[in-house]
Amino acid sequence: MGAGLHLLSLAGLLLLAAAAGAEDAAGPLTGQPGDPQRGLAIIRDQGRASCLICHTIGSLPDRDQGTLGPPLDGVAAVQDAAQLRQRIVDARRLTPDTIMPPYYATDDLFRVDPRWAGRTIYTAQDVEDVLAFLMTLGG
Amino acid sequence: MRCALALAFGLAGAAAAQDAPLSGYAFMEPATRQLQDDDFLNPAFLLMEQGLALWDQGWPEAPDGARSCRSCHGDVESAMRGVAARYPVFDTLRAGMINLEMRINREIADRMGAAPLDWESQDLLALTILVGHQSRGLPMAIEVDARVQVWVDRGREIHDTRRGQLNLSCASCHQDNWGQKLRGDTISQGQINAFPIFRLTWDGVGSRHRMFTWCMEAIRAEPHAYGSDAYLALETYLAQRGRGLPVETPGVRR
Repeated sequence: MGAGLHLLSLAGLLLLAAAAGAEDAAGPLTGQPGDPQRGLAIIRDQGRASCLICHTIGSLPDRDQGTLGPPLDGVAAVQDAAQLRQRIVDARRLTPDTIMPPYYATDDLFRVDPRWAGRTIYTAQDVEDVLAFLMTLGG
Repeated sequence: MRCALALAFGLAGAAAAQDAPLSGYAFMEPATRQLQDDDFLNPAFLLMEQGLALWDQGWPEAPDGARSCRSCHGDVESAMRGVAARYPVFDTLRAGMINLEMRINREIADRMGAAPLDWESQDLLALTILVGHQSRGLPMAIEVDARVQVWVDRGREIHDTRRGQLNLSCASCHQDNWGQKLRGDTISQGQINAFPIFRLTWDGVGSRHRMFTWCMEAIRAEPHAYGSDAYLALETYLAQRGRGLPVETPGVRR
């Protein structure tokens, strides 16, 4: 009985720890607030494997936007900052079979070009800046 | 060609790619199609002429000192008709697949006594285009027996395996999302029926294996080597996946 309770409370502690971990990951990655203007520049930069290659943001005048992923108009109205940050950092954690590349993760990848091995697509500040712009798309 | 053009109007969305293979031609801008449609405008035809010259040229290293492709095979038009449509083939000497470039190079080494041509050299591309062109309009139809099926299966595995920093597989785009837009470009099915191609992006001609390497580098994955078993398996799978598509060699792509 005592041992059973002990196990239960241990499980509870583990759950709490996991939740705390997730919350940490969902918080800002840097101490510097995201800059939406810089985020917009990144979103448009094709050399950075960025959003408009695959997504459409109808409020932007850019031609030839991508249609591979869902449109991002109004995205901030349906997802909070923590969820959106997680999708940019590593969307696989929310949708395991997503086609979206992990922008700030290096785990569980195969045959990465040695020039990119161990490096992330975005820096932590890039993630925060892109996120800051996406949060302006409230619909 | 006309057939591909007609099919282009049926690009209703990504569905059942394997049931209805579509040539990359169907996904091209009209201006790019025009370059391919007119042999006089198609930049790859410069290499056709180079290939014809090589076909006729005597090889001083050959045992009889003057052997040429023509001296054994005769006219390339009749001798090589339909050959490329059957490649890659299983090669018993190698106990594995060889593609058209490797077959040409074996002839050069074994029959001409010369050094094999480098991958992507203009001479090897020229001969590959010359031989490939003799199958233009014929359906791709590799022979698949139990030995080849092993390579088809291995190729499918490579095709479907995510890789690189962007964590994409060939299938992520060319099977699951063909017809969608990546920026201004429509994603094709990744068919290989027009190679070697003149690619506007390269401002030059390239082989199937060069295209594989380009794609892998685009997703920041470590490419395999030209002529590697991995690329031969992928090429074999893609030939089987695109079975029935008319050969367009030499094609033009963006």
